[in-house]
Amino acid sequence: MKTARVAFGGALHDAVPHADGVQLEDGRVLAEDAVVWLPPFEVGTIIALGLNYADHVKELSKELTVTAQDEPLVFLKGPGTLIGHRGFTRRPNGVNFMHYECELAVVIGRSAKHVKRADAMQHVAGYTVCNDYAIRDYLENWYRPNLRVKNRDGGTVLGPWFVDAADVPDPHALKLRTLVNGKITQQGSTADMVNDIPALIEYLSAFMTLQAGDVILTGTPDGVVNVNVGDEVVTEIDGIGRLANTIVGDEAFGR
Amino acid sequence: VIGWSTVNSLLAFSSAPYRLSGAVYGTLLNHGVALAALGDAMNHAPFKAPPQAPVLYLKPRNTLASAGSPVCVPQEFGELEIGASLGLVIGRTACRVSEAQALAHLAGYVIVADLSVPHGSFYRPSIRLKARDGSCLIGPQVLPCSAVGAPDALGLQVTVDGDVVQQTGTSGMRRAAARLLADVTEFMTLRPGDVVMLGVPAGAPRARAGQRFAISITGLGELEGSLVAEWMTEPVTEEPAA
Repeated sequence: MKTARVAFGGALHDAVPHADGVQLEDGRVLAEDAVVWLPPFEVGTIIALGLNYADHVKELSKELTVTAQDEPLVFLKGPGTLIGHRGFTRRPNGVNFMHYECELAVVIGRSAKHVKRADAMQHVAGYTVCNDYAIRDYLENWYRPNLRVKNRDGGTVLGPWFVDAADVPDPHALKLRTLVNGKITQQGSTADMVNDIPALIEYLSAFMTLQAGDVILTGTPDGVVNVNVGDEVVTEIDGIGRLANTIVGDEAFGR
Repeated sequence: VIGWSTVNSLLAFSSAPYRLSGAVYGTLLNHGVALAALGDAMNHAPFKAPPQAPVLYLKPRNTLASAGSPVCVPQEFGELEIGASLGLVIGRTACRVSEAQALAHLAGYVIVADLSVPHGSFYRPSIRLKARDGSCLIGPQVLPCSAVGAPDALGLQVTVDGDVVQQTGTSGMRRAAARLLADVTEFMTLRPGDVVMLGVPAGAPRARAGQRFAISITGLGELEGSLVAEWMTEPVTEEPAA
C-alpha cells in the first residue's frame, strides 16, 4: 500500500494514489497539484549515509581528504530541513555547485537495539524517496558534512509516497534515477550500496536505539550535477515513487 | 530516565513554548581556548583552513535524558568526556535573526551535559562516539532569561565525585550567544523548544563507570549524573511508537 500526507481545504489528510491524482481518506479525489504534499510520515531522527555507493566515492575522490573507511559514514539531520513532494528549494545567489542526491529512504517501524543483520529487515516499516541536496561551496572539513552544506531549510525532500515494506520484495534491486528538466543525469541501482540495509541497521542499533519513524537515507550513486534556479528536479525509484522539486532563487524568499 | 516524552514532561517550564521540541544542536570549537588549542593544525590536512561557519552537530532523540539519569559507559572505551554547556532554549521561531534581535527569540536557558566517547577527530568523527543512547542530559530545569541574565558571563563548574575538575565560564566564545544564533539561523530555522548548545569549554574532563558528576552554571542550578558500566545495565527502555 502507498500512503501520503497532504494538506487540503484547511486540514491535513492521509491520501492514497488514484487514477486522477490522489484520494483522501474521506473519499475526495483531487489532482496531484491541488494538494500540498508533506513528508509522507511523522519523521523522527533523520540518519543519512555519505559515500555509500562505490561509484559516488570515486566521483568525489578528488575532494576527499581522508578516504580510508572502516565504518559507514553517517551524519544526522534536523527536522527543519524537510519538505515534501512538489516543494521548492532555495539556491543562494552566488553559489557554484548545488546538487541533488537521489536516495532510497528506509523507514523504521519497530524499535531496534542490538539487532543482528539476520533480523534487521523485520524492523523496516517501509520506504520512500529522498532528494538530499548539498551545496558544496559551503563544505568545510570540520564535522563533515557540515550542517551549512547538508542541513539547510528545505534541503531534504521526502516523498511522495510511503510504501509498505511488504510491497517491496527486494529493496536491494531497485533502479533509481534523477532527471533535471526531463533529462536523465543520474542513474544507479540500490544493488550497489556499499553497506546494505541490514548492515546499516545492525551498525546503528549497536549504539543507538532506532525508533518508529526514524529514517535512514541510504546514500546516492554517481551522477550528481549542478542545478540552477528554475530547474525541475525529479528523483525517482522504481516501485517507490517519483519525487519532484523546483529550484528557486533568493528572490522567492525575499532575500 | 530514557525516552524523550518522559524527559520532556519533566522539563516543562512556565513560559511559551512550555515544552522542549526534542531538537538539540551542539556547537563545537566555539570556546576560544578550544579552538586555539588546535594551533597551526587547522591550516593543514585534513582541515586545510580554520572553521568559518559554526561547527554544529545534532543530538538525536535517543540520546536525550533527564538530569540525574545514569549514562552508560561502553566497555570498549572505559570512560566518557563530560561536555558541559549552556543550552539556549528557543522561544520564538528564529529565521535569519540579527545579532541585535537574537536573544529576544529565547525562552530561557538550561544546562546540557553532552557525554561523548573521547576522540581527537574534528574531521568526520563517527556518530558512534556522540549519538549513544542516553548520552545527553538536559536539566534540572529551564529558567527564563530574566532569571539568568546575560548568557555570556556565567560561571560554569564541573565536579567528578565531588572534586572540582573544571572551572570556567560562558565568556570567551568565538561567537557569543547572539552571534551564534544569527549565524545558525541564516541557513536553518530554529523552532520554539529547540535547544542550541553555546559550546563546550576547552579541557572537558573525563569520568569512568562508577563515578558521579555534576555541572553547575550560575543561576541555573546543578545538573547531576552518574556513569554506569554498560555491560552491567538492563536494556534501554523503549519509547512507545509515536
